Amino acid sequence: MLNDWLYIGIFLAISAFLPAAAIVIAGFLAPKKPNTIKNQIYECGIETVGETWVQFKAQYYIFGLIFLIFDVETVFLYPWAVAFNQMTLYGVLEALLFVLILAGGLVYAWRKGALEWV
Amino acid sequence: MTFISDPINFIATWLRIMLANVGASPDLTAFILSVVGGGILATGAMLWVTFLIWYERKIIGRIQDRLGPNRVGPWGIFQSFADMLKIFTKEYITPNGADRVLYNIAPVLSVASVLLIWAIIPFTVTSYGVDLNVGVLFVVAVAGLGELAIIMAGWSSNNKYALLGAFRVVAQLISYEVPMVLSLLVPVLLSGSMSLNAIVKAQNVWYIFTAPLAALIFMITSIAEVGRSPFDLVESESEIVGGFNIEYSGLKFGMFFVAEFLHAFTSALIFTVLFLGGWRGPGAEQYPILGFIYFSLKNVFSYFIFILVRGSLPRFRIDQMMDLNWKVLTPVSLGLFAVVTIVAKLVQGNPNELLRGLFLLIANGVILLTTSLVMGQFAARRRRHLDERAEGQKLRVRSQV
Amino acid sequence: MTWMQIVFIVTAAVTLGSAVRVVSSGKMLHAALWLVAALFGVAILFAMLEAGFFAVVQVLVYIGAIAILVIFAVMLTRHVMEDTGPQVIQSWWLAAILAAMVFAGLVVLIISAGFKAQLPPIQDSQTMIVALGQALVMPDGYLLPFEVASVMLLAALVGSIYIAYQKR
Repeated sequence: MLNDWLYIGIFLAISAFLPAAAIVIAGFLAPKKPNTIKNQIYECGIETVGETWVQFKAQYYIFGLIFLIFDVETVFLYPWAVAFNQMTLYGVLEALLFVLILAGGLVYAWRKGALEWV
Repeated sequence: MTFISDPINFIATWLRIMLANVGASPDLTAFILSVVGGGILATGAMLWVTFLIWYERKIIGRIQDRLGPNRVGPWGIFQSFADMLKIFTKEYITPNGADRVLYNIAPVLSVASVLLIWAIIPFTVTSYGVDLNVGVLFVVAVAGLGELAIIMAGWSSNNKYALLGAFRVVAQLISYEVPMVLSLLVPVLLSGSMSLNAIVKAQNVWYIFTAPLAALIFMITSIAEVGRSPFDLVESESEIVGGFNIEYSGLKFGMFFVAEFLHAFTSALIFTVLFLGGWRGPGAEQYPILGFIYFSLKNVFSYFIFILVRGSLPRFRIDQMMDLNWKVLTPVSLGLFAVVTIVAKLVQGNPNELLRGLFLLIANGVILLTTSLVMGQFAARRRRHLDERAEGQKLRVRSQV
Repeated sequence: MTWMQIVFIVTAAVTLGSAVRVVSSGKMLHAALWLVAALFGVAILFAMLEAGFFAVVQVLVYIGAIAILVIFAVMLTRHVMEDTGPQVIQSWWLAAILAAMVFAGLVVLIISAGFKAQLPPIQDSQTMIVALGQALVMPDGYLLPFEVASVMLLAALVGSIYIAYQKR
């Protein structure tokens, strides 16, 4: 099994090397003429006004939180699913209880309006 | 004969014998073979993208009642090469104040995270990169690395529009991961393993017939994960001026583009492996080359569906996208999981596979019917509400006139 | 020096180095990305310990969810994209003494324990995952922690929505 992960490591190195090599080669082929107007930040063709900061909406964070909860839930369910064929009906009902509790959480989030995109 | 029926392994064994003759130890041989095999696979994947771009442009053109590229070469097949040559020679314009290291890593990470999935895909019964026994989770985990690349790109461009665009994309991507992992539980359940090889081998009846709703949910969420139409609000040219890759030019932008197309095709590959039976077909176990042909045909078909969806549907608004995900897809996939587990456990004793498949199919149909009825009720109520509001406004206008 | 040892030393060095950079980095986003590197190093260590499932779960949950949440939190609390500040507090010598004492205590404990635990033999990964899945629903296994985990996740969900959500 260790050989599997070693192959993945090698493949990761190769798949990071290929685009990097392509970008470097294109860096040699392309012209390099930096100029103040070209290097300015794009803002619909006008000058940038004010500092570069964005009003970050809290809604993004809530989506991230809900995603995290459901992600951890599914991670619990994957080993259970792999052992499905050896499981009794009792095991299935227990996992359903698990999912039901978290579905209740989703209903709470829905009713509270946490799933609206403002 | 072995050369025709199983070319990859034939070449691999030949290389192994050659290296052993030269005197390399078995570890070194394995290492060299891994590097060579991985290199060929990765390069092949990236070159394949050029064909994919042409395929997509031709079909989108036909859907839109025009010809698509047809000048450069017969039927325009060299168009992508011409575009590649052009983009290789464009200048890299780095914006002021950009974070150099992150700015350059982001496109590389974007492509690398998609290419990594190709290591675990079973192309035939004997040729695959590695048979990871947590293959399904690996696919989802690597998608998370891609999201990180987008955040890096958006932040390091020192441009508030790029940052806004990057956050919207990541919010969309993480939301759509939830129904995706939930619907991926269904093939894992039915085959009893997370390994892609084992799932292909367990599909005596293709899972698209025993769990069509899971296939549908997986396809919808894949399209959303890639960021294609109809979910491409965050990279559309008319919204927030292009999204997180505004400040990228030349081949760095080309790499984001390649990553998106490759991700779309890789999603089609995973769909084929998980739901359409991968390389399975008559005679695929004895002659692996036949397996590869079946696999390619199924892939072309899945990717064609992706292109059809892109060409026919209008774009969603971002709040419609999020509603679709959290209020429709997540409850449906939770319900699907519950029903499929119970039905699969109840029919498990039955030795007849077709009968088991039939029961699961009926269960899926029931969920689909219930969902459409409930959504129909919601839609009818909302239409009535809007009609009443319109009526109220008409009366007010009439009384003012 | 086998290859495994070399890979382990490199990975451990990268993980520890990234962890140091998390606390000493000037910009908040860089600190978050060094955290991602440290978590990835831990995932590699899991893979080397033949726990492939946990390596993938580490990337999926920690890097794909928690690190992104940390980045969102950084963005939420720091408006300005250029964000630097002093990296060392006034009484850093006290913190250094405490850290050294904790480290010395841990080293003494580990050496005196001597790694005498009896581990079950490692079978192939597929059997282990099946065993984990079965253990999660067996009453004399981990059933109660499994269900309590779901209640805990529900509590986390409700609590975080209550705190983070502002009614318009």
